[in-house]
Amino acid sequence: MAAKTGLREAPFPPNWAARFGWIVLAAYVLYAASTMEFTWARFVSGLDNGARFLDKMFPPDFARWELLRKGLLESLEMAALASFLGILLSLPIGLAAARNLMPAWASWPARALIALCRSFHPVIVAILFVKAVGFGPLAGILALTVASVGFIGKLFAEAIEEISLKQVEAVRATGAPFMSLIHFGVMPQVLSRFIGFATYQLDSNLRNSTMVGIVGAGGIGGTLFAAFQRFDYDFVAAILISIIALIMIGEVLAVRVRKVFSSDTRESGEED
Amino acid sequence: MTPAQGGGAADGAALAIRGLRKEYVRGKPVLRNINLAFAPQGLSAVIGPSGTGKSTLVRCINRLVEPTAGEVLFLGRDLARLSGRDLRQARRRIGMVFQEFNLVERLSVMENVLSGRLGYLAPWKAWLRRFPPEDVARAFETLEAVGLGGFANQRADSLSGGQRQRVGIARALMQGPQLLLADEPTSSLDPRTSVEIMELLRSMGEARSIPVIVNMHDVELARRFANRIIGMSDGLVVYDGNSSGLSDDVLKSIYGGEDWLA
Repeated sequence: MAAKTGLREAPFPPNWAARFGWIVLAAYVLYAASTMEFTWARFVSGLDNGARFLDKMFPPDFARWELLRKGLLESLEMAALASFLGILLSLPIGLAAARNLMPAWASWPARALIALCRSFHPVIVAILFVKAVGFGPLAGILALTVASVGFIGKLFAEAIEEISLKQVEAVRATGAPFMSLIHFGVMPQVLSRFIGFATYQLDSNLRNSTMVGIVGAGGIGGTLFAAFQRFDYDFVAAILISIIALIMIGEVLAVRVRKVFSSDTRESGEED
Repeated sequence: MTPAQGGGAADGAALAIRGLRKEYVRGKPVLRNINLAFAPQGLSAVIGPSGTGKSTLVRCINRLVEPTAGEVLFLGRDLARLSGRDLRQARRRIGMVFQEFNLVERLSVMENVLSGRLGYLAPWKAWLRRFPPEDVARAFETLEAVGLGGFANQRADSLSGGQRQRVGIARALMQGPQLLLADEPTSSLDPRTSVEIMELLRSMGEARSIPVIVNMHDVELARRFANRIIGMSDGLVVYDGNSSGLSDDVLKSIYGGEDWLA
């Protein structure tokens, strides 16, 4: 009996490659910690500093609310403009990048453009645009537009690549011209997802628009950075609280927008 | 009933297929050499085992699949040679009904039916849903005719299978077709609905005096509704005649084996 059991293959064979991988990963994490002075003692000595910093932040100082309001409104406008431009541009670019509908000569350049837009963090793009078009919100708007095209374009293309081609085939069989094929065969299948991507990107642009100001590309970020440098920590706290409020309002609005546009629940699921 | 025989002259035929060949993989033809002519009226059933190229044959007619060689003569033109605008204009006159209905799920029944007019409408008008009033009126009439009056504003994905196939037929009829193709229109339906759908296809074809070509798996249904039966096997037409000539021997030559006939 025992001999027979010994002849069978192991029920849970060890995966030596995976084990080796885990060991290498663990060793690298330990090595990285050792080179970075990532120690408990260093953390404890830092805590002291953090406590003093927090102490200076309270109570928040809203005395310069006009400066605060101007920065926030600028951020909001930047986010709205960049989202609008980004959505407008990513529609054709995303469509061109969908490999199931487009020939390779169209999809490869579109995919390359999207990859380029995605390769840098918005702050890096903002630095490039500040150098190119000068300080101010224009640079920020352009930077956020690039980020939007990268994000929405990629997800939109992927959404199109997952659609049912049977529905497209039926519309094609009616002799519909290409644009009608897109409107009737493709867009109904991806519209609600596209709205989802767009509102998410609006949310993301709102957050990023408060940051690109740090490199001089407009918005509340510039005010925040200046306050840090002048050690006005109570004003810093006021700015941070305002940003949190702005993001939360944006989140609520995004949910509303998605509800209005989402036709997923309309009349479906009544039968079958 | 004397259906035009395959390979015969195309005189008076609404559709003529000559020397049609299709290879998805080089050197492995799915359709070898198809020669068929279709009279201006009547329902023809194409039967044959799975994978023998029935769907490919139908799709080669409206060029959803590109033929490798051969001619498809329709309304005085060779469809196999058309491209771009010419091809779209030819497709407008060929209605097609699909096995899985292929409705645009998230559009309303009315939008699906009117999509049969897309070939006649400028894209921006279609986008704004500015269909001509006569098209809209005809869409309502067609929905009535297929038994779906009152369903216009339902979303397509809320319908049952039989209802969806009726919408699919209404969409095809809206094209003002000179030819109706159906690719296994009843394979996803229950027996009773299948009969209803076949009756609808036959009566709509007769009312418009256009040929109807239907791929199907159900031999009994084919016998019952078709004026002409085309049996395919291994990429070739092995039987072409009326249903009374469809003997057990012929079925054996189409499907192979014989145990299943008992």
